[in-house]
Order: sequence, then structure tokens, then C-alpha cells
Amino acid sequence: MIISYEPDSFPPTGDLVSRLGRTGGIFLRNVGRGTLLVLQAFAGIPRALAGSRTDIGRALGQCGIRSFGVTSTVALFTGMILGLQAGLILRAYGQEMRVGYLVAQTMFREMGPFMTALILAASVGAAMAAQMGTMKVSQEIAALEVMSINPIHFLVTPRLIAMMLMTPVLTVYTDFIGILGGALVANTQLDVSWTAYYENVRFLLTSREIWVGFFKAWVFSVLITGISCFQGLSATDGAVGVGTATRRSVVICFLTVLITGYIITRMFY
Amino acid sequence: MMVELVNVYKRLGGRNILNGLSVSIDRGETLAIVGPSGTGKSVTLNHIIGLMSPDRGSINVMGMDITKLGYRELQKYRSKVGMLFQSGALLGWMTVYDNVALPLRECYHLPEDKIREKVDGILNLLSLTDSAGKFPNQISGGMQKRAGLARAVVCNPEIMLYDEPTSGLDPVMSRKIDELIISLQKRFSMTSIVVTHDLCSAFGIADKIAMLYGGKVVEYGTPEQFKASRNELVREFIRAQFSINIQTGGER
Ligand SMILES: Nc1ncnc2c1ncn2[C@@H]1O[C@H](COP(=O)(O)OP(=O)(O)OP(=O)(O)O)[C@@H](O)[C@H]1O
Ligand SMILES: [Mg+2]
Repeated sequence: MIISYEPDSFPPTGDLVSRLGRTGGIFLRNVGRGTLLVLQAFAGIPRALAGSRTDIGRALGQCGIRSFGVTSTVALFTGMILGLQAGLILRAYGQEMRVGYLVAQTMFREMGPFMTALILAASVGAAMAAQMGTMKVSQEIAALEVMSINPIHFLVTPRLIAMMLMTPVLTVYTDFIGILGGALVANTQLDVSWTAYYENVRFLLTSREIWVGFFKAWVFSVLITGISCFQGLSATDGAVGVGTATRRSVVICFLTVLITGYIITRMFY
Repeated sequence: MMVELVNVYKRLGGRNILNGLSVSIDRGETLAIVGPSGTGKSVTLNHIIGLMSPDRGSINVMGMDITKLGYRELQKYRSKVGMLFQSGALLGWMTVYDNVALPLRECYHLPEDKIREKVDGILNLLSLTDSAGKFPNQISGGMQKRAGLARAVVCNPEIMLYDEPTSGLDPVMSRKIDELIISLQKRFSMTSIVVTHDLCSAFGIADKIAMLYGGKVVEYGTPEQFKASRNELVREFIRAQFSINIQTGGER
């Protein structure tokens, strides 16, 4: 059973070792259940695409449009900070015209997917966890199961599809706004012309940096959906439980995105 | 025996909730489970539908030990069982109509006109026609409960589990729900298990009444046997319910 209707029933323990063991046990079990949840959600994709698809549409709206404003702002300032920081260092070596290259590479490979994932985890992911949690504690999930409707196919799969489509798109958008922010700073603070900046960026557009960024975005989208939905569906104990599930989902998403981002970068470079 | 629980034990959150519970019910009969709040009535229903599994003991329904079913078999079993949840458990983003139509669409894949016919019929029966287009948070708690009932019975299950079908309803509507439970039972020879605080309704609809206390059945019998019970817990439960009725002018 992936979705449990009972609280964790581990015997109360006293000393540190057994407490650590218990925490480790719960952690491993949750990783296992979360993985199963994601696999089941993937298994539901063919049927979801063959169906009416209104669920997917709704989920798309929720993850794309709602986070547009904040993504733009964060992307712009990330690019500006990068531009300024890198520009000042490069200037010390008389290389400030290379700033476009540095900003673009960092955006494509690291900051674009990373920032987008953090924003999505904190907004869309938290919303998913809260929604699922509320449904869990008000017995709606149980009602679906009793009607022989698989809650994972019914609720998680549309969200997974929407996130997998939307995260790469939002990431590309973040990349370009960030690069634009870098250009603004380069132009006004570092006296690098638009054309020189663009020449540097264009050099990267055909490289595999973009594909690594895409790949990261896709992995993050699966992780965020899986973690948030799993935390929501694990909620027990009424409104308090929903709060706990939401907080946990955001924290775990942040940590996982950070660590996975590093691992993927290591894999490719 | 249609449903048979034998010696079921369950521990939840560090406490023994079910303590050797045994109860059974024949095909086509209605069993009422009564008892004070927090004695595990809802937990018992969760066991019968397979949402929880017992620590010890067996649960036999329609000749199957449902604690041993795999996911597929469990789904198949559940499609023969309907359940009304204590809170109604409607999906918040769907209208009442879509909620009731949901099992027909998702599991039975009926054509839309067939669905409309069935759903309109059941909504009409439960006086919910005016609320069909509303969302659950726009209607009263009692109406949500009736909508939950409509959704549970729309697939004509063989077994119906009701978790407090009449709590939160006015007396007139309560008796209407009682009549509905009886008529469903007659028409489709449905087997029903009704968890209720409402003894009046239990005496009206049940073939057998079981009183739960401390996770065990402390009294079991026909309504007549139940009324004549010498068990002090039962006597007190009956007394309390009917004396409150007099003090509050017969609210229930
Ligand atoms: N999922 C759960 N996790 C932990 N404890 C639970 C769970 N479900 C029920 N319990 C505990 O089991 C006990 C019995 O709960 P249950 O909901 O079955 O009571 P009930 O007889 O239905 O009462 P009421 O008439 O108020 O609905 C309660 O004390 C409750 O705290
Ligand atoms: Mg209950």
C-alpha cells in the first residue's frame, strides 16, 4: 500500500541509537513508497492522455500561469546579480566583454533550472501538498479508493504531466530573462555593448549546456511532483497534519533539488 | 454469512482500538452498529472496505478473506461495495452532479445520456435536484451528506456501508434517509451496515443491532432483544438517548 490510513506505528524508543534506527527506517520506507508513487503515476500517463484531459489543462494552468510573475522577477535579478558579480571579477583581468558567456552558461546549466525548481517547489509544490493533504484528511482520497478509482492515476498523473511540460518551458523562460538581466547590467555598469554580449551568448545557444538544463528541469519536475504529492497523501491528523505535510514537502524539495542538481552537473562535466 | 468479522484486533496510535471484535451479518440484512463516540465504529467500517488491515483476526466478505486480497482483487471487491463517509467526502472542485457521476464515468464508462438518467434519478430521490450544479462548499452539511449518499448508491452496490447517515440532518430528512435505506435493501436485496448514534433510526431500519464498547461487541440482537437487554451499558445508552430527547424537546 502506497497510501496509508494509519499513523506510523513504531514502538516508542528511548536511547539515541534506536531513535536513529527508527528515523532511518521511516526515511527508507518513505523513499521506497515515494518511488512507487512516481512509477505508478507514470504508468497512468497513457490513460490520462487518452481521456478527456481537462484535468491536465487545469493542472497546467495552475503550474504555469500562477508562477509567471514571481519567476520573471527572480530570473531578472538572478541574471543581474550574476552579471554584476562575474563582470567585476572579469574586469580585474580585463575580460569583461566575456560576461555574456559566463552569465549565459551559468543560467543554462545551473541557475535557470535551479531557480525555476525552487519557485515551483515553493508555489506549485506546496499547493499540491496542501490540496492532497486536505483531501486525505477529509476522507476524499479514501472515497476515491472505495469507488475503485486509483487516486494516484486520478490526481497525481495529470499534475505530473503538467509539471513535466511546464518546468522545461518555464526554465527556458527563466534562462532568457536572466540573460537579459545580465545584459542590462553589462550594458549599464560594465560598458559592454549589446552586440558584444549577444555574440558571447549566441556561441552557447547550440551547445549541450541547453540540453543539460532541459534534462535537469525534467528531473526536477518529476521530483517536485513526486515529493509534494507523496507528502500530501501521507498527511494524517487533520489540519495540523496538512500544515506539516506542506512544510515538509517544501523543505524536502529544496534539499533534493539542490543535491540532485549537483549530481547531474557532476555527471555531465 | 455475507460479512463476518472474527476476533479482530487493531492498534492505532499506540492504543488498542479494536479488541477482539466479532460480528456478522447475513445477505440482505441490515446491521446497525451503535456505541459511544471514539469506540472504533468508523475504524470497523474501514476494515470491512479494506482501507485498514487488522493486526489479528479475519474479515470474510462474500466468501473471501479480504485481508489477503491483492490490489486488483481489492478493487474488484470494492466495486461491489458502496460507502457513505461520515464527512460526505465529496471532491471540492466538482459540482454535485459531477461528483455523483464520477464512479459511473471512471469505472463503468457509461455513455453520458445513461449517466444523466441515473444521476438525475438519484438526485431527485434525495431532493438534491436544485443543488446539482453547485459545488460542495456552496451547500449545507446535510446536503453534502446526501450527495455523498447519492454517489455511494449510484452504482447499485451489493453491500452498503453507512457511516452516520442521519447525523447533521433534520428529523424529517433523517426519516427519509431511513426509508431510503430500507427501500434500497428491499429493492436490490442490498446488505447494509449502518453506523449510527441515532437509536431511533437503528430501531427503525435494522434487523440486527450490535453495540460496540471498548473495541468489542457488548450486545448483539434484534431490536426487540436489544431494547430488552439487561446489559447495563446498553440500558444506559438507551436511557441517555431518550432522556436527552425529552430535555431538548425531541431534537433527534
Ligand atoms: N487513522 C487513525 N490514526 C490514529 N488513530 C485513529 C485513526 N482512526 C481512528 N483512530 C482512533 O481510533 C478511535 C476510534 O475512532 P473511530 O473514528 O472509529 O470512532 P467512532 O466510533 O467512529 O466515533 P464517532 O462516533 O465519533 O465517529 C479514536 O480514538 C481515534 O482517535
Ligand atoms: Mg465515526
